Amino acid sequence: MTFGFVSGALNPNRPLRERLTAIMPQLVLAPSLLASFIYVFVFCGWTIWISLSNSTILPDYSIAGFHQYVELWSNERWRIAYTNLFLFGSLYVVSTTVIGLLLAILIDQRIRAEALWRTIYLYPLAVSFVVTGTVWRWLLSPSTGIESLVHQLGWTIFKFDWLVNREMAIYTVVITGIWQASGFVMVLFLAGLRSVDPDLIKAAQIDGASMPRIYRRIILPAIGPIFVAVLVVLLQSAIKIFDLVYALTGGGPGIATTVPSIYVYDLIFQRGQMAEGAAAAMMILFALSLVLVPYTIWSNWRLRREAGRA
Amino acid sequence: MPDVAAYDPLGVAGTWRRRWAKLVVYVLVGLFALYYVVPLAVVIVNSFRSLPDFSRNGLISLPHSFSFEYWSQAWSKFCVGGTCKGIQPFFFNSVAMVVPATIISTAIGSLNGYVLSKWRFPGSETLFGLMTLGVFMPGQMVLLPWARVLGLLGLTNTIAGLVLIHCVQGLSFTTLFCRNYYVNIPDDLIKAARIDGAGFWRIFRKIVLPLSPPILIVTVIWQFTNIWNEFLFAFIFSSGTNQPITVALIALSAGSQAVHQYGIESAAVLTAALPPLLVYLFGGRYFVRGLTQGAIK
Repeated sequence: MTFGFVSGALNPNRPLRERLTAIMPQLVLAPSLLASFIYVFVFCGWTIWISLSNSTILPDYSIAGFHQYVELWSNERWRIAYTNLFLFGSLYVVSTTVIGLLLAILIDQRIRAEALWRTIYLYPLAVSFVVTGTVWRWLLSPSTGIESLVHQLGWTIFKFDWLVNREMAIYTVVITGIWQASGFVMVLFLAGLRSVDPDLIKAAQIDGASMPRIYRRIILPAIGPIFVAVLVVLLQSAIKIFDLVYALTGGGPGIATTVPSIYVYDLIFQRGQMAEGAAAAMMILFALSLVLVPYTIWSNWRLRREAGRA
Repeated sequence: MPDVAAYDPLGVAGTWRRRWAKLVVYVLVGLFALYYVVPLAVVIVNSFRSLPDFSRNGLISLPHSFSFEYWSQAWSKFCVGGTCKGIQPFFFNSVAMVVPATIISTAIGSLNGYVLSKWRFPGSETLFGLMTLGVFMPGQMVLLPWARVLGLLGLTNTIAGLVLIHCVQGLSFTTLFCRNYYVNIPDDLIKAARIDGAGFWRIFRKIVLPLSPPILIVTVIWQFTNIWNEFLFAFIFSSGTNQPITVALIALSAGSQAVHQYGIESAAVLTAALPPLLVYLFGGRYFVRGLTQGAIK
């Protein structure tokens, strides 16, 4: 239908107003398209270009090749950052999924005051990472938080210094991340659990299947696609994580909890190593695409299969 | 779920064993609730406690004192980043950023969604795909270009600059939300209106817009919470008195005072958290809908 609009707009015999009306949809869309195009391609291309240059404090647009990437990967601090990302990412994604699923199953037991519990579990998501990080820093800091509370209660040799312990600090980021995101996972799973056909469950019960078995064999497989969606969302937020770490540990103690996004900020805005920072940003994009490209292919495949069935 | 009364997945109704199961469920539900509630409770209590109370009883304690003093200090007197006007100016910076950014990005998203669902043209699906790519773009990839663009436009370290960033950044989300909602408006409705001689804008005003409130509320809530809570761009592209509240909070709690003013800091933290929390409490249903739609694209 729309070729008509375009050719109508080009027809010089029609009055201008009519021609404008004919291409109104395209006119309305154009500014956003331009903005999106610049945002996605020009901005991205710009960063890629910088990552291939020798830019330091000021951009330098002469191509110098891949040696910023080589530099980056030979850097001890970058290796700590991505090791942290793997450690944090895997623990955060797995624990948040498990706890979110457990919460959803608990809520699904026809408990009283369900809405209240749901509200309590989900509210952290409305709170910013900065607030979350600040508050948990108070709670986890040995001098003010849980450790000092237990000391006051009389158990004076109790030790809980993860926040300031190089080996353990990254786990405090995990604890806080779980606190923030598990309610969200619960909401997604709960919607899934409630969409499973109750007749299917009843039939299995009549056949004498135990409840754990019913969960394993019927309910969980039925919400499989939700698992995938949850994993993708959590992986994305793990890869992009910045505010939480910044507010909770500031990347420390020392550089113990540095993650790639903090390192990018540091390189570009603190140390004036723009090109290497851009290369590090590229690695974040690369990590994201490792998650998102297979997901996109998978969901398109699923859509097509469903369309084929219908 | 047609037969609600019989829906009992763990089989926890009746019999002793089942009562035990139910008890376990409640204990677990309660324990988890503690994990989520305690941080908030501690901060709320602390925002009313006095300084001697902190030094005597520590940061986590039942209140032994009560005062509104810290709220008023946090709001208008406490020194943050060199100025001693409290958290108030930063709060209003956030308001000045979030209101226009939310309204503009939602309005544009709504129009885009309308075009992409009801006025499709060859290639429009591809363009839609392109626009949604922005959803996935990590902030770090666009920091350098934004710095340059803000510089060129003379918007470095301004609220207007942050508004621009959030409009462009939010465009893909708002378009996605609205487009996926408008797709479900029957095409016959639009066709009938066109036969009656209604044009692009008239159809939008008379048919699409009146059907839009649910998705517009979802989109506004989504944009509002995200922009209010955003940190990376705010942190990098604003400084001094132009900072939104999230950035000011970092400056405040990382401040170099010898003695931490926990009462004041708690009140400030709560002030920063309050707007999105209120939105969540009063618009919970829409908030959740936004989340699930944002997740399952």
